[in-house]
Order: sequence, then C-alpha cells, then structure tokens
Amino acid sequence: MNNRTAIQAAVEARLARRYRAEARFRLFGILAIMAAISVLILLIGSIGAQSIPAFRTNELTLQITVDPARVDPAGDRSEASLRRGSYSSLMQAALREQFPSIGERSQLRELFGLYTPLNSARLLDEVIANPDLVGQTIDFSFPISDDADLYLKGLTTGTSEMRPGFLATPSGTSGEITLRANANVFSPIVSDIRAQLTRRALAVEERVARYRQRAANATSEESIERFNSEAEHAAAEAAELRALAEPGADSVEMSPDLPSRLVRINGGTVLIERISDGGRVAEGHVLVGLESAEASDDWTIWTLETPQAERRITDSQIAWAEVLRERGLVRSVFNTYLFTNADSREPELAGVLGAMIGSALTMLVTMLLAVPIGVATAVYLEEFAPKNRLTGFIEVNINNLAAVPSIVFGLLGLAVFISLFGLPRSAPLVGGMVLALMTLPTVIISSRAALKAVPPSIREAALGVGASKIQTVTHHVLPLAAPGILTGSIIGLAQALGETAPLLMIGMVAFVADAPSLSLSGLTEPATVMPVQIFLWSDGAERAFEPRTAAAILILLALMILFNAAAVFLRRRFERRW
Amino acid sequence: MADTGLHNATVYHDATRNLQGKISLSDVNIFYGEKQAIHDVSMDIPDRSVTAFIGPSGCGKSTILRSINRMNETIDIARTTGSVKIDGEEINSRSVDPVILRARVGMVFQKPNPFPKSIYDNVAYGPRIHGLASSRSELDGVVETSLRKAGLWDEVADRLDQPGTGLSGGQQQRLVIARAIAVSPEVILMDEPCSALDPIATAKIEELIDELRENYCIVIVTHSMAQAARVSQMTAFFHMGDLVEYGPTEDIFTNPHESRTQDYITGRFG
Repeated sequence: MNNRTAIQAAVEARLARRYRAEARFRLFGILAIMAAISVLILLIGSIGAQSIPAFRTNELTLQITVDPARVDPAGDRSEASLRRGSYSSLMQAALREQFPSIGERSQLRELFGLYTPLNSARLLDEVIANPDLVGQTIDFSFPISDDADLYLKGLTTGTSEMRPGFLATPSGTSGEITLRANANVFSPIVSDIRAQLTRRALAVEERVARYRQRAANATSEESIERFNSEAEHAAAEAAELRALAEPGADSVEMSPDLPSRLVRINGGTVLIERISDGGRVAEGHVLVGLESAEASDDWTIWTLETPQAERRITDSQIAWAEVLRERGLVRSVFNTYLFTNADSREPELAGVLGAMIGSALTMLVTMLLAVPIGVATAVYLEEFAPKNRLTGFIEVNINNLAAVPSIVFGLLGLAVFISLFGLPRSAPLVGGMVLALMTLPTVIISSRAALKAVPPSIREAALGVGASKIQTVTHHVLPLAAPGILTGSIIGLAQALGETAPLLMIGMVAFVADAPSLSLSGLTEPATVMPVQIFLWSDGAERAFEPRTAAAILILLALMILFNAAAVFLRRRFERRW
Repeated sequence: MADTGLHNATVYHDATRNLQGKISLSDVNIFYGEKQAIHDVSMDIPDRSVTAFIGPSGCGKSTILRSINRMNETIDIARTTGSVKIDGEEINSRSVDPVILRARVGMVFQKPNPFPKSIYDNVAYGPRIHGLASSRSELDGVVETSLRKAGLWDEVADRLDQPGTGLSGGQQQRLVIARAIAVSPEVILMDEPCSALDPIATAKIEELIDELRENYCIVIVTHSMAQAARVSQMTAFFHMGDLVEYGPTEDIFTNPHESRTQDYITGRFG
C-alpha cells in the first residue's frame, strides 16, 4: 500500500510537467501556423496592393473622322487598299484638334507621345472588319500611354495647386508669354528654388570635404592628385549653385532638375521658365492655348513635385493629359487589355492572354504525356513488376529524378528534343514535353502511394472470385486509387504550370506579341507561358510593368488555386471508403 | 516451442486412409524465400463436408489453405512444391489457369472484404467477369440465388443498390460468401471467417456453413476449437508447418493420438 502511494506521488509529480510540455508543444504548433499565415497574408497582400493599378487603365476616346482620302488610297474599299491607308495620321489629326494652339514639330511629337502608334493597328482592324466606317466619324477608344496613365493614377508625381487671388495679366494666348501679377505672388517659388539650390550646394560642398579628406589620407601621389582634382571640380559646381541661390539676382531660371511650376489661367496652361521682377513676373511657354489675354484673378499655380528630369512624362504631356481628363476624353476604365491582349512592348497594351494560351497548350501536352505514362509506370511497378534488383534500381532512380533541379530538364529538352529531334524552339509542344519529364516523377510517386493505399484485401477479394490480374487492377485497384492519382497528377501539373527555368532553356522566353492560336497548330508556334511572362515583365524597363507583374502573379496564383481546388473537389467526389 | 528441426510423420486416423478426396495434397512443401513454411503435407479432403484446419498462430494452416487455389502465387517470394489435385487434376500444372481455378475454388477471407460497390455489383462481379449470365434477368437470378444461399436475401432485398461496405460485419461476411457462391464453385475456402465477428453473427455464419456443406467441399481455417467441433466433419491439426494429425473431428477431439494435439485442444498451449 505504502509502495503504491509512492508510485502515485511520483506519477503526480511528473504529471504537471507532462501537461506543461503538452501545452508548450501545442503553443509552438499554433505559433508556427500563425507565423505561416501572417507571412502568407503579407505576401499576397503586398502583391495584391502592388497589382491594384494594373486592373484599371485610362482610356482616351477621340472622335476620329475616317477620311477616305487617307485610309483608302485606291478608293475601292478593298482590303488591300484599306491596308495601305495611313491610320495613325487620322489619330494624330483627331488629337491635334484638341490642342489647336500647338504648332511646333517638337511639341507635336510630344503630344503624339501620349499614345503608342500601335493603336493605329487596332483602328485598321476595326475599319477592315467594317469598311462602311470609311467616311464616317467614329468614337475610337484606346489606352493612353503608360507614362500618362501612371501620372493620371497619381503615381508619377505629387501635385499641389495654389490660388494666389491677385490679378494677373497674360501677355498673349500662345507661344512665349509673360504673366504680370500685381503682387509678388511668385516669390515663394523663388525662395523655394533658392532653398533647393542651397541644399544642393551644401550636398556638393560635403562631397568636396570628403574628397579633401581622402586626398589627405591617400598615400600615392597619383590618387592624391585625382582626389584633389575631383574636389576642385565639385567646389566649382558648389560655387555655381551658390551663385544661383544668391538672393538679389534679377531673375531666377526654372530647370528640369527642380519641381515644375505651371500656371493655369483663362482656360490655358503656361509652363513657367523664368521668374523676374522680384517675383511679380513669370515668363513661360503656353502648353494649352489661353482663351483670352485678359487680366484675371481666378488663376492657379500648379506644382509638379517630381522634377521633369526624374520622370518619363514631360510637363507638357502632363498638362495635356490633365486637360483631356477635364474634357472627359480620358476615362479610367477596367483594364480589359490585360486579359485580351498578348504581350506588348507598350505596357498599356500588354496582356496575359498569349501567356495563358501558351500555358494552356503546354499544360495540355504535359498532361497528355505525364499522366498516362506516369500512371502506367506506377501501376506496373506497384502491381506487376517482380521485386528484384532491376525494379529496385528503377525505383531509386525515379525517386532521385524528383529531386533533379528543373533547369536540368530544360537542358535535356534543348539537347534532345530541339537539337536531336529537330523540334521547333519556343513551342508549347517542346515546353510540354520538358515539363512532362519534370512532372513524371511526381505523378509516379503519388500514384504509387495511392495504389499502395488500396487495401490488399480488395485485391485478394477480386483474385479470389477469379478476376485476372489486369481485371483486378482495372476494376478495383485503379478506381480506388483514382482520387489519390488525380490529386498527385494535378499537384504535379500545378507545379509544372509555375515552372520557369526549364522553359528558359528551350527558348520560351520569346517575346510573343501575337497570342498563339488555341489549336493543334498552336502547339508548334512560338509561345510563352505565365511564369515566363511574369519573369519578362518583372524585367521590363517601364515602371508600368511593375503593377502588371504583380497582377500577372495574382492571375497565376488564381489559376493555381483553381487547380488545387479542382484536386480537392475531385478527391472528395471520388473518395470511397472501404 | 522451438523448432527442433525434426518433423514427425503425420498421424492419420483410420477414417482418413481410404478417403475418396475431392482435394488431395501430397508432399506439399511451401517456402517463403529461404524459410520453409510447410513441410511435406499430404492429405485427402472429402467432398460435401467441412474440413477444419486448426493449430496455433503461424503454424501454416492459412498457407496450406491458400495453396488450394494458388493464392500463394500472388506473393512474390512464395514457392510451392508437391502436388495438389482437385478431382484428380493437378492444379499446379502450367495448363491450369489460376483464373479458372479460382472460379472453381472460391475463397472467403478473415476480414470481410466486400468491394466498395453496391451489394448487387458485389455479387454480380464474378458472374460478370466470367460471362456466366447472358442477360440482365439471368444475372438478377444469379444474384438472388446466391444471396438466398448465403442467407442474406431477406435482409438486403430492398437495398441492393446500396454499398456493400455499409452492411454490418456479419452481413458483409455473408455478402462475401454470396459473392463466392455466385460463380458456382466446387470448393469454398474460408480463412478464419468468423474471427472479426460477434457471437451472434458467428452463429449465423456457422449455420450457413452447415447448410452449404450439402453442396460444396468446404475447408475452414479456425482458431476456435469449439467452432471446429461444431461445424466440421474432419479436422486437421497443424503445428510448425507440419500436419500433425488428421482425422474425423469427433475422433480428434475425443481421442487424439498425438500428445501435441491433445495439449493444443485441451488448451495447454497455443
């Protein structure tokens, strides 16, 4: 009895520790899951936030008169004749109508920079599809250039507008004009500029000091000389900036390195180039023609915080885009181009359709190759193969193949499918074959696991009533293993869908501006796939590709989730208990 | 009980000596890889009766049972020598197709293993793959007869389309027996058919075995001495891969000639 209480006491003493250990273990588990979920949310959240601008785009709608003289040189409305027409001149004319005051060639070039000439191809297609349009005036909508789009979304520069409230008189309505205000309303700009110049001078002077320091520390003659000359250079620059920043100068020049200032008066826009007369007079260039040269106290000074030198859109283009928006010609709409276009050099026209079709074709090839071969291999190895050294060796190799870096499969595809078999480069056929090689081990391993999970009693039952081996497998084992095989295959395919590296090797990084046709012939046409498209866009020079990259990632993720949801659904649907 | 390496000759009771056997085994040796599981078993199993194989776990009674329908072939490392004849025909010869053999020799396993299909499809599976029924109505007839013979018809007649796996354990085992009967076998092998069942289900199966005896040659492996005594006419006692003693059930239980048999049936070991 005494002995028993001793045991009880010992157990009780340990019990508290055991419970604590259990609680700790659970806590760690919960923490791990929370960490994983928060990282996931962070990741998807940040991609989602980045992608938002990509889903809307600013569309410019112009009234275009389809002038027969320009689009139909032969005058017979035939397709051959219509194809020789000059559609971009129609668009240029329509846009020019909006800004009649612009005359200089350089300014016109800037104006036409508001959209890409590729849009004229769409106008051509529209006219060819419906030749009756010739001679009519149509509303033609097209995406504004990516730089203007970014500006209109407020992503290029911060802006602010100030209403001085004093009377100002413009000297003209177009060209170079001066604006005379009856107060020194421009002097804040002047002091602003001077402050900025001073800041820059200080930064340069700091550099001078650093060079001097290095010269003092340097040991070799040569480097002392080099540092000294650098320092002198910088000192000269600083002196120049200081001189510009000196108060009392009669006039202050604006520069592209400084925030741009524009004046909006009498329905026009003037870019300020120089301020003089103690901040009373601004000289500048008319970007949008003024309605009159009358004095007015209803005008604003418009500041674009980011200097022109640091952005891809010019002051003039901003002024014009803003005016077009105010006139209701530019509207923010859902970005259908992202879904209906193939890749393009112009971000505003770039879409994922081509990559989606490429992915679909590639996945088709992968599925048709990997699933039957993989399942057949698994069935043979699991149900029929004798367990000997050879099959053991094959098994080990299949398991090892699953761990081979995917780029190796790409090299194999390049060496065998393209060089040896002479199959076309960049084609979904070859891509699908390479990805099938990569997916095979996954399919085989998961199928074998599914086959193994079928209880042997079912096999015995079938054999016991006289079913042959094949009948046992096809009637009983495969149907029972089907959910597992399906899940494994779909996960393998989803993995292949997101694969980039092997496709780079076989040339599927091609820039493909035409979506391949969703047909058998499309299998040998050059194509790209979603992950490669993302890779290409992430590399794009234009900033507008940034949100599009994020959007493409989201689309790919959505496809993956769809795939995996299908896997879960199929498993639930076909799962049978025994 | 360590293997002494010595294998005594089988003790045959007089009744077994001139037996007209449905199944006759002679000098059957079965190996699992290097290990010999069965040593020189020879016996004749009479038709239209129940023969029970008893013995402690691992004595090889299931192995010898499975040699009668060549189920050992499904195990890669198993190897059989000697001769097994059914109606005088050697079943291990190359000319005998195991598929045809298994249609003649049905098998019921320890754990009820209905297919995850409807009750109807479970029973109809064998006739279907062997092409035993030419029309749907004929198949319906086969299914009904088999289920009636297995004593399950009254319980499932109204739910033939429901999964066989949804039945109770005892019902499942009777369904499996019906499935075996459906291909009209001559021999039914039962490998511990009641070990997963409760006493009531066991009683039903035993009753069924007794009925089936009139038409089939039944061989049953069992761990339950009482069951062997209740259902079988002949009993074979196996120990460590040897057939120790073989004779009429009554004789074996009342007058065992071998001390090992006596020890086992009186519960001294096993």
